[in-house]
Amino acid sequence: MVVELLPDSVLPLAYTVAAILFIQGLRDMTHPRTAARGNLISAGGMLVAVGVTVVWFEVLTPLVLFGGLIVGAGIGTVLALTVERTEMPQLVGVFNGLGGGASAVIAGAELIEISTESGGVAVGSIPTEVAVAAVFSGIVGSVTFTGSMAAAGKLHGVLTTDAVRYTGEQVMKIVFLVVALGFGAYLIVQPDVLGFLQAVWVPSYWLLVATACVLGVLLVISIGGADMPVVIALLNAYSGLAASGTGFVLDNTALIIAGTLVGAAGMILTVIMCESMNRSLTNVLFGGFGETTEQEELDDIYEGNITETSPEQVVMLLEAAQRVVIVPGYGMAVAQAQHAVSELAELLEQNGIDVEFGIHPVAGRMPGHMNALLAEADVPYERMREMEEVNPTFSQTDVVIVTGANDVVNPKANTDTSSPIAGMPVLEVSDAGTVIVNKRSLSTGFSGIPNPLFAEGNTNMLFGDAKDTMQELVNLYKE
Amino acid sequence: MSLITNLTFFVLAAFLGYEVITKIPTNLHTPLMSGANAITGITLVGAVAIAGSGSTTLATVLGFVAVVMATVNVVGGYLITHIMLEDFRQGGSN
Repeated sequence: MVVELLPDSVLPLAYTVAAILFIQGLRDMTHPRTAARGNLISAGGMLVAVGVTVVWFEVLTPLVLFGGLIVGAGIGTVLALTVERTEMPQLVGVFNGLGGGASAVIAGAELIEISTESGGVAVGSIPTEVAVAAVFSGIVGSVTFTGSMAAAGKLHGVLTTDAVRYTGEQVMKIVFLVVALGFGAYLIVQPDVLGFLQAVWVPSYWLLVATACVLGVLLVISIGGADMPVVIALLNAYSGLAASGTGFVLDNTALIIAGTLVGAAGMILTVIMCESMNRSLTNVLFGGFGETTEQEELDDIYEGNITETSPEQVVMLLEAAQRVVIVPGYGMAVAQAQHAVSELAELLEQNGIDVEFGIHPVAGRMPGHMNALLAEADVPYERMREMEEVNPTFSQTDVVIVTGANDVVNPKANTDTSSPIAGMPVLEVSDAGTVIVNKRSLSTGFSGIPNPLFAEGNTNMLFGDAKDTMQELVNLYKE
Repeated sequence: MSLITNLTFFVLAAFLGYEVITKIPTNLHTPLMSGANAITGITLVGAVAIAGSGSTTLATVLGFVAVVMATVNVVGGYLITHIMLEDFRQGGSN
C-alpha cells in the first residue's frame, strides 16, 4: 500500500503546483517589467500539469497522444510566429475558440466512455452532477468555439463587420438556446423515451453541441465590429468557464482552478469595457447601434464649419507647442501607423516637448489594443495615459493630434442625451489649444453619428491615411 | 473527490482571480487576455487523459481532436503573449 500511496498523491500535487504557478504568473502580470516573467511562470505551470498527466495515465495509444501534441504544437508555433501584429486580435480569438471547443469535445468523449461501460444511455447511467457539468461545458464550449471563430472572422474582414440584424433575431437565438437546453435536460434526466438518443455515442450531447454551435454564430454575427473588444473578452471568460465545467465532469482540480481564474479575468475585462462605453452588457450583446445618420444632419453640422489644414501648418504648430497629446484610434491600427506615430512622438520629445498618449479604454478591437500596438512601436508605457488621467490635462495642452479615432472623442456623448453614445466617457480634447484630427474623410465612426468636434473652432482637419500623414509630419518636422 | 470539494475550489478560485486580475493595469489588458486564454488550454490535461487511455475508438479519436485543439491554444497562446510582452519590456527600457 505504501508503494501506491506516493504515486496516488503525485497527480493532485502536480495540479496544485500548476495552480500556484498560474496564480503567480497572473500576479506578475500587474507590472510591465515582470509581465514577461509571469507569462513564462504560467507556461511552466502548464508544462508541469500536462507533463505529469502524460506520464501518469497509462498510455494505450501513444501514437494518438504524441501525434496530437506534436501536430498541435506545430500549428500553434507557426501561427504565433508568422502572424502580423495587426492580426493578433483575431488570432487570439481563434486560439480562444479552440480552447473552448476542446473542452466541449472532451466532455463528450468522457460521456461516451461512461455510457460505453454501462452499455448505453439509460436511467442513471450517467451521474447527475457529471451530466449537468457536461451540459454546461458542452453549451458554453461550443458557443465559445463558433462565437470566437465568427468574431475572428469579423476582425479579419472575412465576415461583415456590420451588425447583422433581421426580424425575429432574438427569437431565433432563444429557440436555439431552448433546443440546446432540451437536449441537455434529456441528458441529465435520461428518461426511457426516444430510444435513438440512448446509443452509446450519447447522441443527445452531440445534438446539444451542434445546436450551441449555431447559437454561437447567431450571437456574434449580430454584433458590430467595434464591439468586438467586449465580445472577445466575454468569450475569453466563457472558454475559462467551459474548462472549469469540464473539470467538474472529469473531477479534475487543475481544470477547475485554472478555468475559473480565466473566467474571472474575462468577466472583469468585459465589465471594464462595458463601463467605459456606459452601456450594459445586454445592450452590447443584443442592442447595438444600427441607425444611419441622415445626410442632412451631417451637412447641418459640418456645412461651412470645417477647417482643413496641411502637414506644413501642423508642423508649425508643433514647433511652437510645449505639450502635445496624441489620441490614437482603430484607424491607426488599420493603417499600421504606430511606428510613424512613435517616431513623431520621439522627435517632439527630443525638442523638449512634453508628449503623452491619451488612450480610451475601448479604442481599437480588443482590450488594451492601442497600448499593445504602441508598445510594439517602442513607445515607453509611462507615456501612455488612461482617459481619466489625461482628461484634466487637456486645458494645459497646446496641440492634440487625433489619429484614426472618432467616437471616443465625440463631445455629443456629454451634450446630447438622445445620442447612441450618450453618457459614454470620452476624451475631452477640445479643451486643448488646437485639435488636429487626422482622418481619411468626414465619415462617421462605428456609432453612425456625426462628430461636432470636427466643426469646432479650434479643430483643424488633416485629411489622409494615418500612416502616410504621420510619416509626412515626421519628414517635415525633421527639416 | 467530492462535488463539494470541487465547488470549494471553484468559489475560492473565482475570488482569487478577481483580486489578482483587478490589479492588472489597462496597459497590459491585451497580453492579460491572451495569457489567460493560454491558461484555458489547461483543458489539454483532460484531453491527454482521454486520448491516451480512452477505451473506445470513438473516445480516442475525439481525444486526438481535443489534444490538437488544446495544444494549439496552449503553445500558440503562450508564444503570442510572450511576443507581445517582449514589446512592453523593450518599450519600458527606452
